[in-house]
Amino acid sequence: MKLRELAHARAGDKGNTSTISVIARDPRDYQTLCRVVTVDRVVAHFGSVVTGSVTRYELPGLAALNFVLEGALGGGVTRSVALDAHGKSLSSLMLELDIDESHGLPQRT
Amino acid sequence: MKQVRLGCGAGFAGDRIDPAVDLATRGRLDYLVFECLAERTIALAQVERLADPARGYDPLLEDRFNAVLGPAHAVGTRIITNMGAANPRAAARRVAGIAAELALTGVRVACVTGDDVTTLIRDRTLPFVDRDGTTADIAGRIVSANAYLGANPIVDALAQDATVVITGRVGDPALFLAPLVHEFAWNPDDWRHLGRGVLVGHLMECAGQVTGGYFADPGFKDVDGLDELGFPLCIVDADGSFEITKLEGTGGLVSLATCKEQLLYEVHDPGHYIQPDVVADFSSVTLNEIGENRVRISGGGGMRKTGKLKVSVGYRDGFIGEGQISYAGTGALARASLARDIVLRRLKRTGAVFDDLRADLLGVDALHGSAARPGNAEPYEVRLRIAGRSPSREAARMIGLEVEALYTNGPAGGGGVFKTSKENISIASVLIDEDLVTPEVEILAEPAR
Repeated sequence: MKLRELAHARAGDKGNTSTISVIARDPRDYQTLCRVVTVDRVVAHFGSVVTGSVTRYELPGLAALNFVLEGALGGGVTRSVALDAHGKSLSSLMLELDIDESHGLPQRT
Repeated sequence: MKQVRLGCGAGFAGDRIDPAVDLATRGRLDYLVFECLAERTIALAQVERLADPARGYDPLLEDRFNAVLGPAHAVGTRIITNMGAANPRAAARRVAGIAAELALTGVRVACVTGDDVTTLIRDRTLPFVDRDGTTADIAGRIVSANAYLGANPIVDALAQDATVVITGRVGDPALFLAPLVHEFAWNPDDWRHLGRGVLVGHLMECAGQVTGGYFADPGFKDVDGLDELGFPLCIVDADGSFEITKLEGTGGLVSLATCKEQLLYEVHDPGHYIQPDVVADFSSVTLNEIGENRVRISGGGGMRKTGKLKVSVGYRDGFIGEGQISYAGTGALARASLARDIVLRRLKRTGAVFDDLRADLLGVDALHGSAARPGNAEPYEVRLRIAGRSPSREAARMIGLEVEALYTNGPAGGGGVFKTSKENISIASVLIDEDLVTPEVEILAEPAR
């Protein structure tokens, strides 16, 4: 199962930093997101896309996580030679994250 | 109890024009705000102003004001916008001219200046806040430096009964915070209310992004009517809580999900959203769906401002060249890959120096590089895109020429070449003390009739 099943996401840019929200589609899945979508997993998932540090902010009131990925935009919108200089499409990469039973997903009927 | 109705008529320079006309006509708005100034836009506008002192403002200003000024003025809706870009005074003059052409009376246009700190920045060496290095590294190449002003000069303009306020660089949320400060008389150290006003601005400033734009994902997140997307309007109470909605009969969606996505959009630490007027705190915001396409937002707050202003410094940063070519059918991937190798070898042989050079296959790995997770099926079409930045105009130009030469020298069946090269203006950010900046407000006299 992919993260897309549990969450939606939006990517934004500030300089050479990408910010990506991960928001539970059902607020009851927030704790699962906290457990599954860790900084380590995001770092591994994004691989060479991110050259700096990754920070996660937790927002229980919104049932959301906010990720800040430094050095993810090829020098920033105004310098980058990438096709998607804003990194708008990085939200879609985030939602490709594999999550499965081994990560302790809740069984709901 | 007093309420203020704000609309957002544009979320970026190229945004649609008709949703703003609809808002002006049917929205019963007190204020209509247009946010049209991206990070680099003002630097490009400054280059344009250097070439022609009468220009340097938003290229769509005339189209927008011709469409919206009449309907807004007819119902007493005031307009606030950063379309002044690098030349707010010239923009204000043009708007006054448009008012005269439309035979509107009582249009009082104000311009806010003082954000241009180019001289001040040229005289100092300041560390970059978004990367290593200092302004000494770009000395001699600086074309513009603009401080993000706060809401105060806009509030001053409104207090002087301006019906249109044109600014250059201000913090985007300040365009919305200012009318709230003006209407509710919030004090300059009322951090909680200022923080909530920033929250209003933050949710509104990207226009359609809170009403279902940049959101749809068919089957997962469906949105109807994106071809007639309604732009947001909000109704704000004196305590800074507010409702976001859109006009009846427009396309799009206002839901908890669209509001949450926009709440976190381009935010680093949601507990510390730094703006010129306040450090806003979005961490404790509460959202409630109170009806169809109606979300009520309360809570949030703020802390003392930092006393520093962010400055975007525009500087000449070499040249960017690009070339693209497409291949199709069985073997397309192999032929595009061969084309990529050929061009890269050719560029290497010339000895051209690139600060950055990318060769991507569109449809395969152009967006996410090695992190991409393509399916097993070979794509039917593949487009090669090579782009590079170089100190040399000639090197940048070479990329497109080498891609184009694949027509007769490359793999079979290459078509649809596109090539471009241009000088690149980049942006670096620094901080300065707010005391160094003096915003000014000027009310233009109505042109003689």
